[in-house]
Amino acid sequence: MGRAVSSPASKFKPGDRVRVKFEDRPGHIRTPWYIRGKTGWIERIHGDFLNPESLAYGRDGLPKRTLYLVAFNQADVWGRSAGPSDKVLVDIYEHWLDPAR
Amino acid sequence: MSRGHHDVGGLPDAGAIEQSEHQLSDWEILADAVNQALGARGIKRTDEMRRAREEMDSETYRDMTYYERWIASIETILIEKKILTKDEIDRRLAEFEKEWGEP
Repeated sequence: MGRAVSSPASKFKPGDRVRVKFEDRPGHIRTPWYIRGKTGWIERIHGDFLNPESLAYGRDGLPKRTLYLVAFNQADVWGRSAGPSDKVLVDIYEHWLDPAR
Repeated sequence: MSRGHHDVGGLPDAGAIEQSEHQLSDWEILADAVNQALGARGIKRTDEMRRAREEMDSETYRDMTYYERWIASIETILIEKKILTKDEIDRRLAEFEKEWGEP
């Protein structure tokens, strides 16, 4: 199991706007379909973990990837929101994120 | 490709999330124990188990219960890693069925 360590080299910091890549490829992917292509912001940096996309096939999971807690407005994900401040929070690896405005 | 059979979040026909507690059967507890033991011995990782479930035939996946999927993934990984063969598993299963009847 990968363990969190400090991540001085993380590409994003809390508050940064990010867009989830819309990739449609085979393999074991932890980024749920419903969040691909959506824009949100970094809520928290979880740390660096072995890459599950590699571990899933019996490989070593290296290099480690930075995992973030990313927040999205409910309305931006589902098109509507029960309350204006409702959020969707998803754990997403750095290689699935692009900077956004 | 499109989304996998396991990735149903947000689908309009995904149905409500079953939130009630239920009693586990003995075989479900055993499935968990086997899973834990294989993990502790470094034979499989959670990510491999997830991948095995994702690669299953979609109809089979949907027809299976949660722990049935676990067992199926354990079987896939053990065969993949040449720890057991499909023949060995099927033979043992036939022995159990003879002794205890159909599951």
